[in-house]
Amino acid sequence: MIPTEFDYHAPESVDEALRLLAGAGDEAKLLAGGQSLLPVMRLRMAAPEVVIDLGRIEALRGVRDDGESIVIGAMTPHFEVVESALVHEHALVLSEAAATVADPQVRHRGTFGGALAHADPAGDMPAPVLALGGELVIQGPGGQRTVAAADFFEDYFTTALGEDEILTEIRIPKHTGWGGHYEKFTRVAQQWSIVAVAAAVRAEGGSITEARVALTNMGSVPIRATAVEQALAGTPADADSVRAAVAAVAEGTSPPSDINGDADYRRHLAAVLTRRAVLAASGA
Amino acid sequence: MTAVDERTTGETPQLEVGAARHRKEDQRLITGRTRWTDNMSLPGMLHMAMVRSPFAHARISSVDVDEAKRSPGVVAVITGSDLADVQGTLPNVWTITPEQKTPAHPSIAVDTVRFAGEIVACVVARTPAAARDAVELVDVDYDELPVVLDTVEALKDETLIHPDIGTNQSAHLVMDHQTESSVGDVDAVIEAARTDGIVFERRYEQQRLIPSFMEPRSMICDPTGEQTVLWSSTQIPHILRVLLAMSLGIPESKLRVIAPDVGGGFGGKLQVTPEEFITVLVARRLGKPCKYTETRSESLMAAHHGRAQHQKITLAARKDGTVTGLKAELIADMGAYLSLLGGGTPKLGAFMFNGIYKFDAYRFDLRTVFTNTAWTDAYRGAGRPEATFAIERIMDDFAHELGMDPLELRAKNWITHEEFPFTSVAGLEYDSGNYEAATAKAKELFGYDELRREQERRRADNDQVQLGIGVSTFTEMCGLAPSRTLGALAYAAGGWEHASIRMLPTGTVEVVTGVTPHGQGHETAWSQIVADRLGVPFENVEVLHGDTQIAHKGLDTYGSRSLVVGGIAVVKAVEKVIEKATVVAAHMLEASPGDIEFAEGRFSVRGTDQSKTLAEVAWAAFDAHDLPDGVEPSLDADAAFDPDTFSYPHGTHLCAVDVDTETGEVTIAKYVCVDDIGKVINPMIVEGQVHGGLVQGISQALFEEAVYDESGTLVTGSFVDYLVPSAPDLPHLTTDRTETPATTNELGVKGVGEAGTIASTPAVVNAVVDALRPWGVDDVPMPCSPHRVWQAVQGRSVGERTVTQPVNPETMQTDGSSGQLPTGDATGGDDR
Repeated sequence: MIPTEFDYHAPESVDEALRLLAGAGDEAKLLAGGQSLLPVMRLRMAAPEVVIDLGRIEALRGVRDDGESIVIGAMTPHFEVVESALVHEHALVLSEAAATVADPQVRHRGTFGGALAHADPAGDMPAPVLALGGELVIQGPGGQRTVAAADFFEDYFTTALGEDEILTEIRIPKHTGWGGHYEKFTRVAQQWSIVAVAAAVRAEGGSITEARVALTNMGSVPIRATAVEQALAGTPADADSVRAAVAAVAEGTSPPSDINGDADYRRHLAAVLTRRAVLAASGA
Repeated sequence: MTAVDERTTGETPQLEVGAARHRKEDQRLITGRTRWTDNMSLPGMLHMAMVRSPFAHARISSVDVDEAKRSPGVVAVITGSDLADVQGTLPNVWTITPEQKTPAHPSIAVDTVRFAGEIVACVVARTPAAARDAVELVDVDYDELPVVLDTVEALKDETLIHPDIGTNQSAHLVMDHQTESSVGDVDAVIEAARTDGIVFERRYEQQRLIPSFMEPRSMICDPTGEQTVLWSSTQIPHILRVLLAMSLGIPESKLRVIAPDVGGGFGGKLQVTPEEFITVLVARRLGKPCKYTETRSESLMAAHHGRAQHQKITLAARKDGTVTGLKAELIADMGAYLSLLGGGTPKLGAFMFNGIYKFDAYRFDLRTVFTNTAWTDAYRGAGRPEATFAIERIMDDFAHELGMDPLELRAKNWITHEEFPFTSVAGLEYDSGNYEAATAKAKELFGYDELRREQERRRADNDQVQLGIGVSTFTEMCGLAPSRTLGALAYAAGGWEHASIRMLPTGTVEVVTGVTPHGQGHETAWSQIVADRLGVPFENVEVLHGDTQIAHKGLDTYGSRSLVVGGIAVVKAVEKVIEKATVVAAHMLEASPGDIEFAEGRFSVRGTDQSKTLAEVAWAAFDAHDLPDGVEPSLDADAAFDPDTFSYPHGTHLCAVDVDTETGEVTIAKYVCVDDIGKVINPMIVEGQVHGGLVQGISQALFEEAVYDESGTLVTGSFVDYLVPSAPDLPHLTTDRTETPATTNELGVKGVGEAGTIASTPAVVNAVVDALRPWGVDDVPMPCSPHRVWQAVQGRSVGERTVTQPVNPETMQTDGSSGQLPTGDATGGDDR
């Protein structure tokens, strides 16, 4: 398990990292927590000539309150997302999803931004960010731009991030007072999601007033279930009503078939898990 | 002069045997203080990396190594052609039938590769990185050949894995067993049951598993001394030395093999590997120490796999549920080559399909078959889990058909405790056991009756989460093995074990054991045995093993043999030490040896207060100033022990599962086992063995499966896809014991290393199937993944179904899909 030879840089600022990235061109890879990149390098499925480690850029780490949103630095490790009171209060589903990532070791090394930039369709971070309408802040040679989560994930392991750009932070609109739940289905604890569902729900007097739902591993990118969200609005927060409202959640999706289950099974799971996620998020 | 503690007499001695001692080896093992093979580095050592075939079946048209040889740091690139004249063939030591076909097995493929992962070249370089870099520069041209992955398909002989033997079938073994009172052969018994009884036929599938030891295989060969030294992360240094000598033509006296601390094996390191042969050949050719350590991916792909067996079981019974006969027909997947034990692993099942039950007629029919997959061999239990699964699954299914409680059906057929010793239909004499006691205790701990009521409630409520209860009442044969029996079974070696006791001048003790541990805790258990028997402190006993220069004789660790064979050899050696020391002590005490008593480390003259400690006697034997005439100046003793029979642990395992019928998820709600392994040396070690064993058996039931795609590429090539559970995935395990001492050895002990694995798999699958009975489900193939369980609930079970036609292996399919409950022959008992 030895990677090919590469040059290693550990810049201490985003500007320095951008300069290094510009200099190396498409031979470079950004290293965040290394929980995805290092294994594929060791398996020689990736062989970058230059590795730029973002781990020493303090500015990229941490969670802060920015009025209407909370802002999470791209290099914030998952466990800090789990433990953040701000995330818990304003983006509960994200907090819950981060707590399900792999195992404690991975949650301490792996980063929130790294997981989003990696864009693994079975990864747990994209769906809750999509559900909550997050925005991804990107720095490039030409300055800063912001991309909505809905536009960020383009295909398997492919995002709107350019080769000369760095994801610096993620803005999550506050969903204060909303319930949230991430329903993840795996065979063993540290496994990637077979299917998972992120749900954020605002409920009043036993009824769902607003819901945001996104699916993990039901296609090449995380999927926002807008039709289900509309069907849920105004629905009583009980099992039968929610079951009916979410029944078609997998319609139009193209989930993978693999040794953990075929596409039919995943579509079935999506409906079951969506119902469970929504009910849990609405406190039912 | 004495340098040992003097135990005060008169107090009740604190016995070491039976104490839950912390393992003395653990400090170095779990703090990383030991040196695993890959931690070692020798001056001038070179590093090896293997080029492996990505194809499951192909002719090698050319291997171009020029660019790899020019790569920086590369010393040599060795191909199959380079070694063709010297590599010989890897050994298979178990010719299970005289007609068995045993094709040549080169360490580096010369002209054909037969499974994905087979070695085609070896790069030797100054650093591991340089070796790894150059692997990618070796240019191999392959002409792909058709691939055969399933044994039933392979038996058609349309594509031959080894054209030189003309067939894909290695051996066809039939063993007919009858008791003396047998009314006839098994076919007659089955025919009789068809007219006036019940015939119940099932097919079960033992999926392919990967042993998944924690420490990947690693080896270093140093050819620079008079003896060529091989360090290897192996279970079998002694066997490896003999076979290296025999296979490579190196005089055995010129070989030294060392197994340092080894990080697990589970049978996966009970092998003589291509990598070891290549390391020795290359190091000797280059005259430099060479190291090879596999990656995890290589380990999963090319270390041997286990299980992989189609089973067809026919059970004949009277209408009241009394079993009268059993036929087990197996097709076992050998993979691309015959491994060290080869067909011997499934053959071990021949003695176990009858389990704990009494009946008169039994036939075992085994075909061993080649496919384009990784070769298979022993994995924890080796033949016995497969057999136990079949009999315990069919007993649960049969009980359901009869409408009888599965424990009641078992009690109707099992050997009762008054009947021991009992000669089974397979011809083994079970020495002792008490199935009633273990079952009663397990039922109580489990709350069996209450859980049955809970199950009824959930069924009545149509609960989304159904409760299933599974039973496994197992026995197994372990403690491999009596040499005469092994000879009769055509195994190439014996099953004795060796030990030495070295009484050091200062009164401390070295114990040399031939059973090389790979994580079991021999050092602790042997110390406990010796401490009690010699009356020396536990801490003063040092256990040495694993190096053929130190432990020069032995047959190593597998088949739950270490204590019941190797431990008894230690006892025998201790007895000889005491015998020798008695003569010296008598001389020192001016008494006759017949008047000397030995207890708690002290030799006393009977009826007097005169005594000498063992340490004093040891010193007297060392200084040798005043020994009796003709007495050698040594108390040291060697013993080799060959057991008369196997060891027969047994137990009752009960499993309750929650099955989420909406998602198919299976959660073990309760697991209780009561094992009877006779006397216990260290209950903490036993607990550890049982827990680990249970988890591996549970894992076969629910998680693990080696999967190939249609081209023969291993899909489960990393731990991302080959699912090994960890603590959060497993239940609390309630373990307890009954104690029926073995009557066949002085310690009264039985093997425990494999028992948990052998027993637990059918308990879990029986529970899953039991939960789904209301849906008409009668099987869920292993592993019972959520997807498969959900399919079963949907009426799309892919499980095997009852069949009534005579068995023809060509018709054995793996994808039965009728979805119907068994009917016909399997019904109609009077007692329903």
